[in-house]
Amino acid sequence: MRGSPDRLGDASAPLVMPQGYGHHSGNDHRGETHMKPQLVVAPLIPPAVFERARATFETYFAEGNVEAALTAVEKLQAAGLFITSSVKLTAEVIARLPSCLKVAATCSVGFDHIDVAAAKARGLIVTNTPEVLTDCTADLAFMLILNACRRAHEYEAIMRSGWRKSFGMGEMLGTRASGKTLGIVGFGRIGRAVAQRARGFGMRVLYHDTKRIPDELVHGAEHFTDLRAMLPHCQILSLHAPGGPANDRMMNAETFSLLPSGAIFVNAARGALVDEDALIAALTSGHLAGAGLDVYRSEPAFDLRLADLPNIFLVPHMGSATVETRNAMGFRALDNLEAVCAGRPAIDPLWS
Amino acid sequence: MGKPVLFVTRRLPQAVEARASRDYEARLNAEDAPRSKEDILRLSSGAHAVLCCPADRLDAGTIAELPETVKVLGTFSVGFDHIDVAAARARGIQVCNTPDVLSVATAEITMLLIVASARRGPEGERLVRAGRWTGWTPTQLLGTQVSGRRLGIFGMGRIGREVARMAGAFGMQVHYRNQRRLAPELEMGAIYHAEDESFLAASQVLSLNAPGGDGTRKWLNAARIARLPKGAIVVNASRGTLIDDPALIAALHSGQVGCAGFDVYDGEPHVNPGYLALENVVLLPHLGSATAETRDAMGFLALDGIDAVLAGREPANLVT
Repeated sequence: MRGSPDRLGDASAPLVMPQGYGHHSGNDHRGETHMKPQLVVAPLIPPAVFERARATFETYFAEGNVEAALTAVEKLQAAGLFITSSVKLTAEVIARLPSCLKVAATCSVGFDHIDVAAAKARGLIVTNTPEVLTDCTADLAFMLILNACRRAHEYEAIMRSGWRKSFGMGEMLGTRASGKTLGIVGFGRIGRAVAQRARGFGMRVLYHDTKRIPDELVHGAEHFTDLRAMLPHCQILSLHAPGGPANDRMMNAETFSLLPSGAIFVNAARGALVDEDALIAALTSGHLAGAGLDVYRSEPAFDLRLADLPNIFLVPHMGSATVETRNAMGFRALDNLEAVCAGRPAIDPLWS
Repeated sequence: MGKPVLFVTRRLPQAVEARASRDYEARLNAEDAPRSKEDILRLSSGAHAVLCCPADRLDAGTIAELPETVKVLGTFSVGFDHIDVAAARARGIQVCNTPDVLSVATAEITMLLIVASARRGPEGERLVRAGRWTGWTPTQLLGTQVSGRRLGIFGMGRIGREVARMAGAFGMQVHYRNQRRLAPELEMGAIYHAEDESFLAASQVLSLNAPGGDGTRKWLNAARIARLPKGAIVVNASRGTLIDDPALIAALHSGQVGCAGFDVYDGEPHVNPGYLALENVVLLPHLGSATAETRDAMGFLALDGIDAVLAGREPANLVT
């Protein structure tokens, strides 16, 4: 992946991995190396995060090789491990972690890739990166809403195959998003940020959440304690709930059927929330006019039947994929690692 | 006397054609065949009104040959650069368009272009749909954050103001360039620029929402592109003629413009092949107003205008 053609936004360095990648990139000045804590970075990380990690820690970069990362923890006697959702901390992996390791910081909000019970039992401190990706993820969810409503996949495909034909005034019509009723499942930070965007489009906002949301954060959105009672009102439905067994397949044949005919469905939360057979059936029958997905039950080996549907917009789990946000997430993970390695409490512990 | 005769150049949404047939002896176009000048003149024979579309060319030559019976020309669009309005007026033919009703749908497409190009939506789409997605990495398809960025709107009419409202909800700071400054209640906190230089310098995202025509032809040229911040995003859902395409394509290659999104093209439906070769552009086939809700409203408004002229009243949507 080194020197990959990934294009970064403005004001960012080209994505060429700095020297030292895949190596033990300690400082040459022996006196200083003793001052720095030891860190193993398992995944590929953005250049700005790489630079800060190298400045603050005695760091080994494993370039996405988890086995190499585990070996390096042992060899360096590292106290800190930097991971992302692509690095699975299963009970089996946690059992193999050398006793020197005190803290694992995941550069993500979600932590379904971590066996929390095993980590707790092992006494490992685990941290995540909340808050910093709220706006970025809400932007992407709203992009999916607009792209699904306005048939962007089909429109783009027309262009990439050369267009050459004008359309009649009644052809290829999409759904106007503005003024519609939007249902939000999960009214945490990201769900509320989506509601904020929806207000610019004159939407009526409904939400379902099992938690009570403080009044000052609601801004006129209407609360439904019962998801099934909310669905018949939702011309657009956007999921922002966490994963986990309680929410597995919350959207299934029955709940999709409760949406009004011609509804638009968007999921930028967790693939496990959706029964994809039921989703495919609803899109094929036309009960759903369109859908937008950033997440899938199985990633990256998602159900390829989804790719045969014209009325869906599919993106590869890129809710937080901006230079600004990925840097902020990486810095937040490093903040946590620095705190624990210096003997201070973690900033974002998953439990306390 | 029977119903007045209305020639409708292209196929229109069902509800609009139903109303046209109810109130007029309507000459519809079930096959939606493109209409040449000869077709237009032949099918206008004996008609009292023509309801046309942007793809029809009603230049001075065509208008001069329209039959005497034609009193009003309705266009199923806001823009009327396809109609020689002065030539129509000289012949006593009134022209009506469809302002307002498509502002929201077109502004939506503008926001779609902004967010989808900044976040590399179609690139991600193509990767996933081709089955080439091999897994999540922290550096895959990194885009640019929309929230908190400065948006420059060129042309702060109805559509531009709708874009400003939507962008405000995304936490964007809105700047605008317009012939004149808006009243504070329309401005809603957007920052006015009286000249191009400061406007372009502020525009991390530049959205073109101005009318076409000679006054704006190739407005976005190499010199103005050079004044944008490096890596700026450019979107256009107004008229393709506003952009000097070779200059913008060069800037998309050099990185001076980071990415772009278009719903309109100079010379459409032909598109400069330079755009088709780029990954960092979002391309839509001029469907800014293509929602069922909007197209019905446009057709009804055009018919309202035609009804009014033929009844001897002045329509609210008269082009002057």
